[in-house]
Amino acid sequence: MSGARVAVVTFPGSLDDRDALRAVRLMGGEPVPVWHADADLGHADAVILPGGFSYGDHLRAGAIARFAPVMAAVAGHAERGGPVLGICNGFQILCEAGLLPGALTRNAGLAFVCRRVHVRCETAATAFTSTVEAGEVLGVPVKHGEGRFVADPETMARIEGEGRVVFRYCSPRGELGDEWNPNGATNHIAGVANDRGNVVGMMPHPEHALDPDVGPTGGQPLFESLLQFVLAEV
Amino acid sequence: MGEPAGRGEPVHRALGLTDQEHERIVDGLGRSPNRAELAMYAAMWSEHCSYKSSKVHLRDLPTDGPQVLVGPGEDSGVVDLGEGVACAFKMESHSHPSAIEPYQGAATGVGGIVRDVLSMGARPVALLDPLRFGPLEDDRNRWLLSGVVAGIGGYGNCIGVPTVGGEVRFDPAHGPNPTVNAMCVGLVPADRVLRAGGGEPGDLLVLIGSRTGRDGIGGVSVLASRTLGRESEADRPSVQIADPFAEKLLIEACLELAEGGLLVGLQDLGGAGITCAVSETAARAGSGAELDLEAIPLREPGMEPFEILTSESQERMLAIVRPDDLAATRRICGRWGLESAVVGRLTADGALRARIGGQVVAEAPARSLTDDAPEYRRPMAVPDGLDDLVADDPTFAAPPVGPGEALVRLLGVPNVASKRWVWERYDSIVQGNTVAGSGGDAAVVRLEGSLRAIALSTDGNGRYGRLDPYLGGAHAVAEAARNVACVGARPLAVTNCLNFGSPERPEVMWTFRETVRGMADACRALGTPVTGGNVSFYNESGDSSVPPTPIVGMLGLLEDHRLRLGSALSPGMTLCLLGETFAELGGSEYSETILGTVGGRPPGLDLEREAGLVALLVEAAGRDLLGGAHDPSDGGLAVALAEAAIAGDCGFAVSLPGDLPPQVWLFSESASRAIVWLEPSAVADLESLALARDVPLARLGETGGPRMVFGEEFELAVAEAAVIYEDAIPRMFESGRLAG
Repeated sequence: MSGARVAVVTFPGSLDDRDALRAVRLMGGEPVPVWHADADLGHADAVILPGGFSYGDHLRAGAIARFAPVMAAVAGHAERGGPVLGICNGFQILCEAGLLPGALTRNAGLAFVCRRVHVRCETAATAFTSTVEAGEVLGVPVKHGEGRFVADPETMARIEGEGRVVFRYCSPRGELGDEWNPNGATNHIAGVANDRGNVVGMMPHPEHALDPDVGPTGGQPLFESLLQFVLAEV
Repeated sequence: MGEPAGRGEPVHRALGLTDQEHERIVDGLGRSPNRAELAMYAAMWSEHCSYKSSKVHLRDLPTDGPQVLVGPGEDSGVVDLGEGVACAFKMESHSHPSAIEPYQGAATGVGGIVRDVLSMGARPVALLDPLRFGPLEDDRNRWLLSGVVAGIGGYGNCIGVPTVGGEVRFDPAHGPNPTVNAMCVGLVPADRVLRAGGGEPGDLLVLIGSRTGRDGIGGVSVLASRTLGRESEADRPSVQIADPFAEKLLIEACLELAEGGLLVGLQDLGGAGITCAVSETAARAGSGAELDLEAIPLREPGMEPFEILTSESQERMLAIVRPDDLAATRRICGRWGLESAVVGRLTADGALRARIGGQVVAEAPARSLTDDAPEYRRPMAVPDGLDDLVADDPTFAAPPVGPGEALVRLLGVPNVASKRWVWERYDSIVQGNTVAGSGGDAAVVRLEGSLRAIALSTDGNGRYGRLDPYLGGAHAVAEAARNVACVGARPLAVTNCLNFGSPERPEVMWTFRETVRGMADACRALGTPVTGGNVSFYNESGDSSVPPTPIVGMLGLLEDHRLRLGSALSPGMTLCLLGETFAELGGSEYSETILGTVGGRPPGLDLEREAGLVALLVEAAGRDLLGGAHDPSDGGLAVALAEAAIAGDCGFAVSLPGDLPPQVWLFSESASRAIVWLEPSAVADLESLALARDVPLARLGETGGPRMVFGEEFELAVAEAAVIYEDAIPRMFESGRLAG
C-alpha cells in the first residue's frame, strides 16, 4: 500500500499539517511533507492543503497562501487530474486560488466553533468519496471561524445542478436543518468539488476523524477512497 | 533623588518604587541610578517580578519530589513522566490587562504562558484557562467574558495548541476585578530540557521574533503591581498587542533550534522585557552581559534606552547561542520568516551593561536586579466580620423550596450550567491527541505514539476562600487531585496562580498566608509538589477586592488512556458513592443560589481520606472496574448525578438515606467523595478495594431510563434537565437584557 504518496503542504501558520501527515500514515499511505516555498510536490500522487491560519489569515483567510510558490505546482497537479484535498484553511485557499467555486465567510454566529458534527455525503463521484455511498452520514469535527460557504446565485445553481456538492451538514440520521448547520453555510454545504471531482474542499476535518481514541471516525472512508483512487491511477 | 516627573512626583515613585527601595538601589550602586537604570530596577523589583511580598510565605510550599526535574524559579516547572518524556507546565495571571482590554489582555496572557513553556525547549500541547467574572446579568461582565473568551480563542486557535480545559465561575466580587489565568503544558524529551544558567562568557544573545516597540512599557510595575483606579482606561497603552501568527512561527523556529542542539539557553521576553531575560540569564550563569541597544530591531524610531530595556513587546525570545552556531541559528529563523539579531554577549564581570554607539547608557550588577529586591514581611490581620460570616451557617436553615425545584434552579445558574458556550469557541482537537477536552472532570491528552496520557485540571473555589482561606487553599489542591483521579490518572504535581487584593492591606496578607498554608498541607498530603506558578496581587479597584482566589493546575499521569474514566452515565450500571456525606452546606452553591447567603464554614477536609479516595479511584480505574466517575463537590450529589445523566443521556434511580434532611444530602459539597458507576458484577471487587483503602462505599441505585428518580422525593426527565443546563448561558447572551 505504501505506493500512494500524499503531499501535505506546510504554509507559515499551517496548524493541522502534522495531523494530516499522521492521518496519511495511519491509513497506509506515504506522507510527504512539502514546504510552501518549494516549487514541486516531491513526486506526490495526491496533495492535501491542511487547516490552520496560513499567513495569520492576514487580509482574508487563504488570500496570501494562494500566491505561495508551491501553489503553481498544486494547480498543475489539479490540471492533470491529480487529487487535491483542501481541509478548512486549505478549502479557503483553493477557493481563493480559483480551483474551487464559492467563498468561505465569517460564521453566522460570528464566533469560532469547535464541535463534532455530521455530514451527509452527496456524491461518490470524487477522488475522496468513491468508497462512500451517496446519502451516507459521517461523523467529523469542525473548528473554524470562517466556514460559511457562499456563492453568487448563478454559481450556486451550477454547483447544485452539476452535483458538485460533496457534503452537507446534517443530523445524525441525515436530515437537513439549521440546527445541524454550525456556520450558516448556504444549502448546508460543508464541501464542494471541481467539475472533474479530483479537487475537493471541505470545512470539517477528516484527518481528525480516523482514530476512535481521539474522535469520531468519519474521515476513514475519505482517506480510503483517496488511497484507492491513487493506486488505481498508478 | 530622581529627576521630577509631572506633578512634581519623583520618577521612582511614578515607576512604582518606594522611597526606601530607591535608597536601596542608590546604596547598592554607590550612586544615583539614571533614568534607564531606574526603569530596569522598577520593573525587576516590581511585585510581579520579584515576589517581594509573597516570597516569605511561598517557602512553605513543598517543591521537591522524585518526579520534579525543575522546580520553581525558572520559566516553567518540569516533571518527569518516565520513559524519557518530561512535561513543562505553568500557570499565570493576565487579569489586570484583561480588565482594561479583554481581548488583547487575554490573548497576550496565552502568548506569554506559551513562551514560558517554550523556554524549557518543550512543545506546547495543551492550554487551560480558569476564568472568574462578575454575574452575567451585568452588561459589562458579559462584555468582559465575550472579549476574554474571544481573545483566548483568537490566540490559542491560531497557534495550533488545543485549549482542553479550564473553568469559569461567577461571583459579584469579581465584577470590577475579573480573574483571567492561563495555563500551558508542554512536552520535551527529558534529556533535552533547556535549563537557565547554561551560558558562559562569550556566548551570544540572539533576539528572535517581533520587533521591539513602545507597547507594554511599565506593564509589570504599573499594571500588574498596582490597584486599578478610575483612571485605568488611560493605562490601555500599557496593554500589549497580540500577534499569534508571529508566535506560531516563533514556536516552530525555537523548537527546530532546540532539536538541532543549537541552544545553550532560551528565555521568554515577558514582564520587564529584555532587562528580565538578560539579567536572569546572566545571574543564573554567574556571569554578566553586554547589550548593544542599537542592535535591537525597533518598530519605531526615537525610542529611549529605558523604553527599549523594559518594553514588553510580545512574541520575542532570547536565545543564548555559541558563536559557532550563530549562522545555523539565523538560517533557521530566516526559514520561518523571523528576524534575528545578535544584541549582546555574556561577559565574565557580573555586570549588565547596555551601550549605544559604544557609550554605556545603563549599568548594574545583574544579580542585584534579580536577587536584591527587598523581601517584605507585611503585617497580617484577620478580616473584620469573618467570624460573623462563618457563624452564619446555612446548613439547617429551613429550605424555601423543595429539593426538586432547587435542583432545577441550580442546573440553570451560570456557576453550574454547561460552559459549552465558552469551550466550543476554542480549538480543542488540533495536534490530534485530545482524548478528552472540556466538560468532564479533567482533560486527557495522549502522549504521541504511546498509550500513556496526561490528565489536567484547574480548580479553585472563591466562596471557600472567603470563608476560610486555609480551607480554600487546601480544597483547591484536593479538588484538582480528585478531578484528575476521576479520569483514572495519578496526580503528579501542581502549578498555581494566587489571585489576591493588595498585599499592603493586612487582611489580604493574612488570607494569602492562610491560603498558602492550606495549599502546602494539601500538596504534602497528596504527594503533589508545587513546581512553579504565579502570584497576582493588587486585584482590586476602588474599595472592591477579589476574594482569595487560589487556582491550582494539577498534572496527572494515566498509564493507559484506553482505561480513562468518562463522566457520562450509561444504562445497566450500579451507582455508588465513595466517601461520606456530611451536613455541610456552608459556602455551597445551594446556599448561595437557593438560600441567598454565602455564610458558614466550608466543608471540612481530611487530607488522609482524600489521599485514600484518590488512590482508590486510580486503582479501580487501572483494573478496569469502573464505568465512569464524577466529582460531586460543585453543587453536591444531585447536581453531579444530573450532570452525568445529561452527559450520557441516561437516567437513574437512587434512594436517599434517612439520616440527613434531603436537601442536605443532595446539595452538601462534602469533600473526598466521588460518584462512580460500574457493572453490577464488579461491585464486590470495588467494595473490597474500598475496604482496604478505608474509603466508605454506599450503593446509591441503578442507571437507565429517561428520568432521574430521587427516591420518593422527586424526579426529573433527563431531556428537560439538559435543556435547562445547556441553554442557561447562551440565553443570557441572546436576551442581552436582565437588569444590571
